[in-house]
Amino acid sequence: MASITGRSELDVEPSGDEASTGRLGDRIFSGLATGSGAFVVLLILLVAVFLISQAIPPLMDNKANFFTDRVWEVNAGSLRFGIPDLLYVTVVSSLLAMIIAVPVAIAVALFLTQYAPKRLATPFGYLVDLLAAVPSIIFGLWGYQILAPYVRPVQDFLGDWFGWIPFFEPPASTGTIFLASTVLAIMILPIVTALSREVFDQTPLTHKEGALALGATKWEMIRTAVLPFGAGGVVSAAMLGLGRALGETIAVTIIVSTNPGVFRFSLFSGGETFASKIANNAGEFDTPTKAGAFIAAGLVLFVLTFVVNAAARIIIERRKAFIE
Amino acid sequence: MDRPTRSREIKNVIATVLMWTAFLIAVIPLIWILSTVVVKGGNLLVDSHWWLNSQRGITNREVGGGAYHAIIGTLIQALVCAVIAVPIAVFTAIYLVEYGRGRFARLVSFMVDILTGIPSIVAALFIFALWVTTLKQDRVGFAVSLALVLLMIPVVVRSTEEMLKLVPNELREASYALGVPKYKTITRIVLPTAFSGIITGVLLGLARVMGETAPLLVLGPYSKSINTDIFSGFMAALPTMINQDRSEARPEAINRVWAAALTLIVLVMLLNIAGRLIARLSKVSK
Repeated sequence: MASITGRSELDVEPSGDEASTGRLGDRIFSGLATGSGAFVVLLILLVAVFLISQAIPPLMDNKANFFTDRVWEVNAGSLRFGIPDLLYVTVVSSLLAMIIAVPVAIAVALFLTQYAPKRLATPFGYLVDLLAAVPSIIFGLWGYQILAPYVRPVQDFLGDWFGWIPFFEPPASTGTIFLASTVLAIMILPIVTALSREVFDQTPLTHKEGALALGATKWEMIRTAVLPFGAGGVVSAAMLGLGRALGETIAVTIIVSTNPGVFRFSLFSGGETFASKIANNAGEFDTPTKAGAFIAAGLVLFVLTFVVNAAARIIIERRKAFIE
Repeated sequence: MDRPTRSREIKNVIATVLMWTAFLIAVIPLIWILSTVVVKGGNLLVDSHWWLNSQRGITNREVGGGAYHAIIGTLIQALVCAVIAVPIAVFTAIYLVEYGRGRFARLVSFMVDILTGIPSIVAALFIFALWVTTLKQDRVGFAVSLALVLLMIPVVVRSTEEMLKLVPNELREASYALGVPKYKTITRIVLPTAFSGIITGVLLGLARVMGETAPLLVLGPYSKSINTDIFSGFMAALPTMINQDRSEARPEAINRVWAAALTLIVLVMLLNIAGRLIARLSKVSK
């Protein structure tokens, strides 16, 4: 809707703004389009406003410190709740998932863009994308009932040999953070792969040919031309994956056993993430105060994913500007 | 020409092997999950009984009953969600491609990205705060649909946007040159050309929201009976049907859990594959 005088000579693409006749149809249509855009912005603001407004009253009545106290009592009368344990389990499980998924995703993306036979690259890519279509409850069910026995020996091995590292301290409970991270890694793999693939695909042919012409092997060409070019994109892909893992609800809820009382740093213990805490108690939101306490936890999760996603997007945008 | 030294060649071979292995590692879970679900739940799906009956009056010790109540619930909630989300999403995409310039357009685009990353449980809590706490309404199917709207909008916006961008500018210019107003150019020229892409976006969006469980946990309690009224009573859905009995030990009940999982996966995969096929078959050529 820039006015004609406001347009620069360099604007080569016709926006069709001159074709706006100012007739009723045009005004209604552009109003609907702009309104919808504004609605999306408003929606995010509303999410923030509603979560904050519901979270404030219970936070004011909270007898414990929200950020440092390891308690969760939200019954009427004694309102004491804090998030450090939730924050720890959420962040650690998601980071581990990212650490497992990213190297594999980079390799798969390189495979699809550089190694796979041209004709097969597209169908192979679909297979990886289809993994993203599997509903998360099915990942949870499969992870808990089918994958768990196969992950147990890995846990036992790590516990036996590296048990002196706090993260790998045995004994392992049944539904561990480690198992959840493994399943989360599989769930975020398609997301990280998709974006990495896109950036690897954009590597200028001249860079690749230059490397090959200098006598580089295929791997050396990838290391010197493709990977440096795609690095920024891979970082933001990893962060988008992290954002997804932080908010994953039902798969984590099914897999990780809640262990009230004892808190351990070990990945081989159970625990609750923000999302699984809310999901486990969703049936009992009977009073606004009680629901508000969980909404406060949800608000922290919202802020966390917002920051991670925004950072990822900013990196992508910077990179775009740099390439163009 | 010099051949690379031996160690460099070995590194190259190792890298090639690693890439192929990584791809196989990525495909194994998909095949493993699909085969597990088919093997464990397939026996119930071949019987029409599964598709035509609910779980009403059936205990965890009995064999029988079907998933009709959950299938119909999932379909109704997803359709109502689509009816609300699709117009908003398509118009947002039109704004971004055809109208949006400058700061506000960048803000909208950024917010769509943020919406893409919003966890479904947060969307559910938002609708809970709006629908249950503020408006004092019950937890009904419609509330679930509202939460799903937040999750569906970004999927449809992005794929519609992608398609609108592919519509050749010559078509728009030709239309403008004939003196056709902008809104008519969009509705008569741009949208029909990009129609298949929009359908793809809607199908992918439907596939995404049908598999969501978190909003159902917060807003849509499970019921064993058929309920098609989205504004009153508990309404079953496939994810909550799975969730209800997932920790059951009885083989009869656990068989139904896997059968429900297979039903859900079939539904989601069909939508997904249909969406991708449409996108492939009717690509706007440049």
